Amino acid sequence: MIWVMTAVMMTELGHFALILAFGIAIVQMIIPMIGAHRNNPAYMAVAKPAAITQFLLVGFSFCALTWAFVTSDFSLQLVYANSHTDKPMIYKISGVWGNHEGSMLLWQLILTLFGASAAVFGGNLPDRLRARVLSVQASIAVAFFAFILFTSNPFLRLAVPPLNGRDLNPLLQDPGLAFHPPFLYLGYVGLSMAFSFAIAALIEGKVDAAWGRWVRPWTLAAWVFLTLGIALGSWWAYYELGWGGFWFWDPVENASFMPWLIAAALLHSAIVVEKREALKSWTILLAILAFGFSLLGTFIVRSGVLTSVHAFANDPTRGVLILIILAIFLGGALTLFAVRAGAMETKGVFGAVSRESALVLNNVLLAVSCFVVFIGTIWPLVAEMFFGRTLSVGPPFFEAAFTPFMVVLAIVLPVGSILAWKRGNLRRAAKPLLPWVGLAIAAGALAYAMQTGRSALGPVGVALGVWVIGGAIADLWMRSVRGSFKQRLDRILRLPRADWGKSIAHMGMGVTIFGIAAMMAWEIEDIRVVDVGERWDVGQFSFTLDDVRRVEGPNYVTTIADMGVWRRYQELGTLTPEKRFYPVAKMPTTEAAIRNGFLRDIYVVIGDPQADGGYAVRVYIKPFANWIWGGAILMALGGFISLSDRRLRIGVASARPVKMVAAE
Amino acid sequence: MKLVTFIFCIFAGAAWAVEPSEMLDDPILEERARVLSQGLRCPVCQNETIDESNASLAQELRIVLRERLVAGDSDEEAVTYMVSRYGEYVLLRPDARGANLILWLAAPLMLLLALVIAAQTIRRKGRGAAPLSDEEEKELSKILDQ
Repeated sequence: MIWVMTAVMMTELGHFALILAFGIAIVQMIIPMIGAHRNNPAYMAVAKPAAITQFLLVGFSFCALTWAFVTSDFSLQLVYANSHTDKPMIYKISGVWGNHEGSMLLWQLILTLFGASAAVFGGNLPDRLRARVLSVQASIAVAFFAFILFTSNPFLRLAVPPLNGRDLNPLLQDPGLAFHPPFLYLGYVGLSMAFSFAIAALIEGKVDAAWGRWVRPWTLAAWVFLTLGIALGSWWAYYELGWGGFWFWDPVENASFMPWLIAAALLHSAIVVEKREALKSWTILLAILAFGFSLLGTFIVRSGVLTSVHAFANDPTRGVLILIILAIFLGGALTLFAVRAGAMETKGVFGAVSRESALVLNNVLLAVSCFVVFIGTIWPLVAEMFFGRTLSVGPPFFEAAFTPFMVVLAIVLPVGSILAWKRGNLRRAAKPLLPWVGLAIAAGALAYAMQTGRSALGPVGVALGVWVIGGAIADLWMRSVRGSFKQRLDRILRLPRADWGKSIAHMGMGVTIFGIAAMMAWEIEDIRVVDVGERWDVGQFSFTLDDVRRVEGPNYVTTIADMGVWRRYQELGTLTPEKRFYPVAKMPTTEAAIRNGFLRDIYVVIGDPQADGGYAVRVYIKPFANWIWGGAILMALGGFISLSDRRLRIGVASARPVKMVAAE
Repeated sequence: MKLVTFIFCIFAGAAWAVEPSEMLDDPILEERARVLSQGLRCPVCQNETIDESNASLAQELRIVLRERLVAGDSDEEAVTYMVSRYGEYVLLRPDARGANLILWLAAPLMLLLALVIAAQTIRRKGRGAAPLSDEEEKELSKILDQ
């Protein structure tokens, strides 16, 4: 009885904590802003405890909801709709954010976490800037508290608690997808910090190298999380949807890809602000747009306005509210930008051939490619509203319109990344790269010779991949300047982590390009009907269907096939693709069996039994598949390494006076 | 990613994308059918091609497409036929006619605009960045040598 009472109390307290946090956010939004305006330290000092309390309250609220899921408290509507007593514990927990209301609470948890970290680690920020940043951050929180409490309250009760729940969507009961939303949200919401800094700077009317230095770690962290989140989602689609596609240009995917592209542009242009005090107003604009696209992404996912593609939440009232939030924040920010951006004086001058110019080009390519994704994503909506045409914009459009930007980006990246600041010399930059040009062309030619006269995609992608990877290595090598091999190696190992981070991230980009091109160009697919005991060949491998059996899982029943994989007459192992059926949700899922390899994945799927005997079986040989996500992990790793650089480490400077690195 | 689509398609029919029974015996014709069906959208599942989709309607479209190819249609004729029968909606690569010109031209125009602005910015910045004199160059290389 006490147990039940505690559980009930927890839920009510969690709900109450959320409402209290809403009130505190309102206070944090107003008081410090007034304090900064009047230069009143007492008013400004409200921000820090408020931000921390807000986080603790939302944290408590989140724990209360998690507790309700863990204890299967079906008196909560949300738990009833998304959980079941038989569900494995990890998915009871991930079920907290596997639905609209809970995921918005997670969003809020992360938002307040970032706010609190800025309050705690922002000791080296000027008081007024910090007060304004936290105030803007609180205003975002206020909007989303209102959204949660008025349209998406996770703590709603059922008058008569049912005995058991309706279970979480089986597709979400998967490790890849369980952790996909938290990473994406860390990314989306991380960009809110860049936004808050941008607005605060516009209100102050001042952007300097220090500002760039404060914004960059937040953007970098957000970008790293977005990278991981997108990679996880893509990896999940690869193994779960049953045909090994990894990117579909689906509106929901695009929703996370657009902020990623802008964040990538932003973290590059913030370097220019930090080191050279140039591109200030452009960087501010990017910071606003980055978070704008995060909000747009939230709108696309949460409202279902573009397509009814996503599993959770297709409620128009919610969509309208998010649209209003988007309009207020983006509209307000852009208006402020229009009024104040002119006041940003720039100091740094640079020549046409310089690192700065290269980064401008990087920004042009990333921003315009983001625009391509944007227009392709919203075009069906626009065409229907204004031209009365019901049409689709799918992968063929994006492949045609987006890919060229990435190709150009990959071509210029290695050159741009080793050009000198301020005034570079193309010939000098080209020298260390020349061997890599040769190697890239050779690799492309080899790829072309090895394939049987098919698309140019493979060879071009391979050449570009080698070129970008080689460029990143050359970049590191060049930093060792000169001397004996050992001297140079020593010097490279002692390079700042930011340099290592940069090279590793660029290498990751090359690896991903290589993987995508290789997989798309050289994939082998085989679909056929197979009887148990039959043997067949695909590419250089042979397969046998040894057995098909039915097995009971914890909350599903499954048909498992035992498939032997052979290379010539040597057995490599047995793969066990499954077809599961979840009785509570009345839903089948495919569980492809994948033999992961460095050079290729072997991907097998078992289909339905056929009327005239045998089973439909699909086999895919996917060359270099893992390189796609391996590259993404390298990019994220590069970001982390760069983030751990002393010069960037959040809070490290608070122990001593701020030392500018701009003059480097 | 494509959850609702996926769920919807499961309920719409229990087939699994391209079934072996649908496939044509002529490998060249079948390859053409596969390529074409990767550019056609399943009308009931929002963002899936008929090639990937498990919906029964997608299966129907796959079969119709193959019938057209067997009857001797060229790729273009077959796609035109599909569009005339199921609407512009099934085209995953929108044509560049009428209002769609905006879609196709938006990116190149934006790129042009961005490049012009970028070039102007760079030129404006360039003023004042005087090249190093020979003496400065020498001093620089001396520092680098240390």
